[in-house]
Amino acid sequence: MKKTGERKYAIIGIVLVLFIIIWIKLFNLQILDISLKISSDNNSQRKLVIYPSRGLIYDRNGVLLVSNEAAYDLMLIPMNMKEFDTLSLCLDLSISIESFYNRLNYCREYSRYRPSLFFKQVTAQQYAILQEHMYKYPGFLVQNRTLRRYKEGIAAHILGDVGEVNLEILETDSYYTGGDYTGKSGVEKYYEKDLRGKKGIKVYLVDVFSNIKDSYMNGKYDTLPEPGKDLTLTIDAELQRYGEYLMKNKIGSIVAIEPASGEILSLVSSPSYDPQLLVGRNRGNNYDSLINEKSRPLINRAISSTYPPGSIFKLAIAIIGLQEGVLKPHTSYPCDKSTVGCHGHPPANGVAKAIQYSCNPYFYFVFKTLVQRGIEKSIFRDSRIGLNMWKDKIVALGFDRAYDIGIPGVNKGQIPGSDFYDKLYGKHRWAFSTIYSLGIGQGELLISPLQMSNFCAIIANRGFYYNPHIVKKIDGDLVKGTNTQKVFTPFDKNYFELVANGMENVVNEEFGTGYYARINNIRVCGKTGTAENPHGEDHSIFVAFAPKDQPQIAIAVYVENAGFGGVWAAPIARLMIEHYINGEVSDKKLEKRIAEENLISEKIKNAE
Amino acid sequence: MLNKRGNILINLDWITIAIYFILVFLGWINIYSAVYDENHSNIFDFSQRYGKQLVWIGASIFIIFIVLIIDSKFYSAFAYPFYGVGILLLVLVLFLGIEVNSSRSWFEIGSFRMQPVEFTKITICLALAQFLSSLSFSWEKPKSILILFMLLTLPVLLIFVQNDTGSALVFFSFVFVLYREGLNKVLFITSFALIALFILALVTNLEVLVITILLASVVGYLLTSSRNIKSQIIFYSFLLYASVSIVLINYTDIFLNKEIVLILINVGVVALQMLIMYLIKRSKTLILFAILLIGVSGFVFSVDYLFYNVLQIHQQNRINELLGKNADPLGVGYNVNQSRIAIGSGGLTGKGFLQGTQTKYNFVPEQSTDFIFCTIGEEWGFIGTSIVLFLFLFLIIRIVMLSERQRSKFSRIYGYGVASILFFHVAVNIGMTIGLAPVIGIPLPFFSYGGSSLWAFTILLFIFLKLDADRLQIFR
Ligand SMILES: [Zn+2]
Repeated sequence: MKKTGERKYAIIGIVLVLFIIIWIKLFNLQILDISLKISSDNNSQRKLVIYPSRGLIYDRNGVLLVSNEAAYDLMLIPMNMKEFDTLSLCLDLSISIESFYNRLNYCREYSRYRPSLFFKQVTAQQYAILQEHMYKYPGFLVQNRTLRRYKEGIAAHILGDVGEVNLEILETDSYYTGGDYTGKSGVEKYYEKDLRGKKGIKVYLVDVFSNIKDSYMNGKYDTLPEPGKDLTLTIDAELQRYGEYLMKNKIGSIVAIEPASGEILSLVSSPSYDPQLLVGRNRGNNYDSLINEKSRPLINRAISSTYPPGSIFKLAIAIIGLQEGVLKPHTSYPCDKSTVGCHGHPPANGVAKAIQYSCNPYFYFVFKTLVQRGIEKSIFRDSRIGLNMWKDKIVALGFDRAYDIGIPGVNKGQIPGSDFYDKLYGKHRWAFSTIYSLGIGQGELLISPLQMSNFCAIIANRGFYYNPHIVKKIDGDLVKGTNTQKVFTPFDKNYFELVANGMENVVNEEFGTGYYARINNIRVCGKTGTAENPHGEDHSIFVAFAPKDQPQIAIAVYVENAGFGGVWAAPIARLMIEHYINGEVSDKKLEKRIAEENLISEKIKNAE
Repeated sequence: MLNKRGNILINLDWITIAIYFILVFLGWINIYSAVYDENHSNIFDFSQRYGKQLVWIGASIFIIFIVLIIDSKFYSAFAYPFYGVGILLLVLVLFLGIEVNSSRSWFEIGSFRMQPVEFTKITICLALAQFLSSLSFSWEKPKSILILFMLLTLPVLLIFVQNDTGSALVFFSFVFVLYREGLNKVLFITSFALIALFILALVTNLEVLVITILLASVVGYLLTSSRNIKSQIIFYSFLLYASVSIVLINYTDIFLNKEIVLILINVGVVALQMLIMYLIKRSKTLILFAILLIGVSGFVFSVDYLFYNVLQIHQQNRINELLGKNADPLGVGYNVNQSRIAIGSGGLTGKGFLQGTQTKYNFVPEQSTDFIFCTIGEEWGFIGTSIVLFLFLFLIIRIVMLSERQRSKFSRIYGYGVASILFFHVAVNIGMTIGLAPVIGIPLPFFSYGGSSLWAFTILLFIFLKLDADRLQIFR
C-alpha cells in the first residue's frame, strides 16, 4: 500500500488558503470598505412589506364569490417612538388614553425592534385623517392589508375564513410575520399557498425623523408582490343558494355531485352563517357567538358528520350480493317479520322490487348469505371471514375513505370489520346473529353525506366515479391529478343497472317509498333512508340521481330529527334536482312549505 | 507506564478542550447579545434563547462526561449499528417529522425539537472510519468502492429528500478524508472542483469564481509539485497574487467594468500558472490540470449566463426555491447585503458588547442561529472576527495533527472526518455571512443557537478526544 501521510500537507494547505481568503475578505469588509459603515448608519433604512392581493374565488359559472377590500393596520416600532402628541393620536383613532397605553405595552412586549400591530383595520375616514398626521407620530407606520369580501353571503362552510396567523404557524412557516392573515378553514385554508401570493418588499432610506426620503439603492432590493391565484370552484352558486334556502331552520346537509366529473355542485351544511361575519373588526365577537350557538353552525356537517346509512345501504348490499353470486336478479325472499321488522307491502319478487319496497327481511337474508359463506365449520370463524370479505367490497364502493375534496375536515366514517367486533366482543365471540343489523344499514355503520352522495354518483355512472372535488381551476388552469382519474369499482355494470331500476321504481312506481321526489318530465332514481338516532327523533335521508340515463346530478339530503326519509329529505332532493336541471321549480307551493318549515327549535329544546 | 496509559485525565488533549470551551463561551455571549432585550436581561431567563442555550451548554458538559467514560472500543465496535440507527432516524423524520421553513427535518416531542441530521454526522463519520480501516477494504476492489459509495450516498439522498440541501452538502467534505486515505489524486481534484462548482453555481458571484480558480490553482500546485525552495517561492507568490487581486477586485469598479477586470485576472492567473508549471515540470498531468481549470471557469460562466439570460424569471425562482434560497420572503440578496453591512460596520474594534444596531433592528435574519457571525463582526470588529477565525483554524489544524499521531487507522480516519465537517461548516457559514458562499443555512459550530447542533458537535469532537486519549493503549 502506498503511503499517503504526505497528503496532510495538501489538506492543511487547502484549509489554510480558504481561511486566508475569508480573512482577507473580512479585512476588506471591516477595514477598507467605508461605504458599509455609512450604510449602517442605523436609522437609515426601512423595510416596507407590500402585501399581495389574495386570489379571488369564483363559482363554476364565473360568479364572483370572494373578492378583496383594502384595509389599513397601524403598526408601531416601539424603538423608534419619540415624544409625541399622544392625545392627537387617540383622537384620530377615537381611543382612550388608557387603551393607548395598553396597546403600547402589548407592542413593547412583542418586540422593541420589530413592527407590531398597534391598531387593527383603521376605517377609511380614520385613515384619511391619519395619513395627514403621520409625520407627527414617529415610530408608527401604516401597513396596507386586504380583507375578504363575501359578496354572495353563501357557502360559508366551503369558502371558510381568513384570520390572523397563530404562533404555531409563525414558527413553522417563515412566510408569515406577526399580524399576517392566513386561511383558517375551508378552501381558504386548503388552498392557502395558492391564494396568498407572494409578498413584495420596498426598502427606503429614512432621515433621523423617520421620514421616508428615497428608495434604497434605486430599488435594487425591492421586489414586487405577486398576487395570489384565483380559484374557480365546481360549486354552482345558484344551486348552493337554493339549497341553503331550503335547509333554513333545519339541521342537516345536502351534497350534490355531477357524476360525470366528480365535481361537487353544492355542499350545504345547515345551519349556516354569513361568511362576512368573520371578516373585519367584529370577527372575534361574531366567532364567539357562533361557536357558542347550540345548533353549532361552524360545523361542516356535509363532510364531517357521520350517520348510520339506514335503508340506503340496501343498495350496496344488493350490488355486492349480485356480484358475489349469492343473489340472482329474480331471487325472492319472504317478508319474514320474525327476523327483522317490516312494513306492509306487496311481495318482493326480485331485487328491483325489494329495493322499491325497501323490504328489511329480504336484505337480512342477502346479508346473511354474504356473511355465512360456509367456508369454515365454526359459525364464529365463518362469520369472521364473511364479514371481512363483505367489508372489502363495501370499501370498494367508496366508503370508509376520507376524500381529498379540497377543504379540510373530511371524516372517514366507519365500516366495522372483524377487528372492530373482536375489540368489542372478543375474538371468535361474535357471529352473524350479532351483526345482522348491518344488512339493513343500522348498527355500527357511520357514513357521511359526502360519501353517500358519491355512492349515489357511482350508481348513476353504473360503476365508476371521480374523486369528488370542489376546486376546478387554479388561475384558469384545470386542476389535474386524482380529480381527473376515473376510478372503476370491481362490480358488473348490469348489477348497477338493476339497482338503478329499483331506485327508479322507488320514486315512480306505486308503493314506492320516495314518491315525494317524483318530477313530471324527469326520471328520478332515488332511495329513502332513516338513520336511527338513540338521542331523539330519527334522521331523514334521501339519495337520488337524475335523469336515469346520462345523469346530470347525484344528490344526498340529510335532515336531522325529521323522521322517515321520504317525508322531508325526498322533497328537498326533488326541488334541488328540478332546480338544477330545469332551472326552475314547478311546484311553488311545495317549495314554500319546505322553506318555511322549522325543524330546528324542537331539537334545541331537547338539547337543553 | 501502565498507570500513565490508563489515566484519561493526563492523556486528554487539554488544548483542544480549552479551545472548545472558549468557542462555546464566545458563542453564548453573542447569542445573548443577538437576542438581548432590555426587558429580559437576566441570563437565567429560560424563556429567552440565551437562557435555553445555557441549559444546553450545561447538558453538553454532562454529555462530555458520558462520552469520555465510555470505552473507546465501543465506538468502533458499534459504528455500524449507530449508522443503521442514524439512517432509521432520517427515514422516520420524513414521516413523523414536522416541517420547519419548508424542510421536513425536525422531530418534535412536546416543546422540544431535534434535528436528527445533526447526529447522523457523527454516526456516518464513525461508520466511514470503521469501513475504511477494515482489513477487507481496498481501493483496488470495485466491491469496496461500491459499498463506500452507498455508505455515503444513502444518508445524503435521504437528507436531500427532506429538502435540507445545506446539511446534505456537508457530507461532501468527506472527500478530504478519502483523499487522505488514498483516493486517487485526479478523482480528488475532480470531486473538489465539483463541490466548489456546486456551491459556486448557487452563488453565481464572479468574485467567488476568481477565488475558486485561485484556490484550485493552489490545490493543483500542492498536489503536483515537490516541496523544494523554488516551488515554495512560486506558491507564496501565487498566494500574494491572489490576495492582491481580491483587494483589487473590490476597487476596480471605480475605473473599469468589474466583470472585464475579473475575466482578465482569471485568464492571467491561468496563463501564468500554465507557463510556470510547464517550465518547471514538463508533465502531462499539468496540462490536464490546466484544461480542467479552463473548463471550470467556462462552466461557471455558462451557468451564470444560462441562469440569468436563458431561464425565465419564474424558472429562476423555482430553482432558487429548490435550493432553499428563497426561504425568506424578503429576498436572499437583501439579507446577505444586510449581513455584510452588519459585519462591515464593526470596523477594526467593533461597536462593543450589546451595542450592535444592525443585528438588533432585525435587519439580519436568523441572527442567533445561522447568522451569529454578524453579531461577532458588528460588536467585536475585525479583531473579534480574526480571533474567532484563528481559533477555528487552530482547532481544525490541531485535530488534523492529533489524527496523524494516532496508532489506529480508525481513530485517524475519524479525526479527519471531524476536521472535515468542522471545516465545511465554518468555511460555508462564515462565507455566507460575507457573501462568499450561498445561504444554505448550516450552523456555525459551537456558536449558533440550538441544542441539536451544539450537542452533536460536542459529541463529534469528544469521541475523537476520547479515542486520542486512549491511543497509547493500541499496540501496532
Ligand atoms: Zn318486507
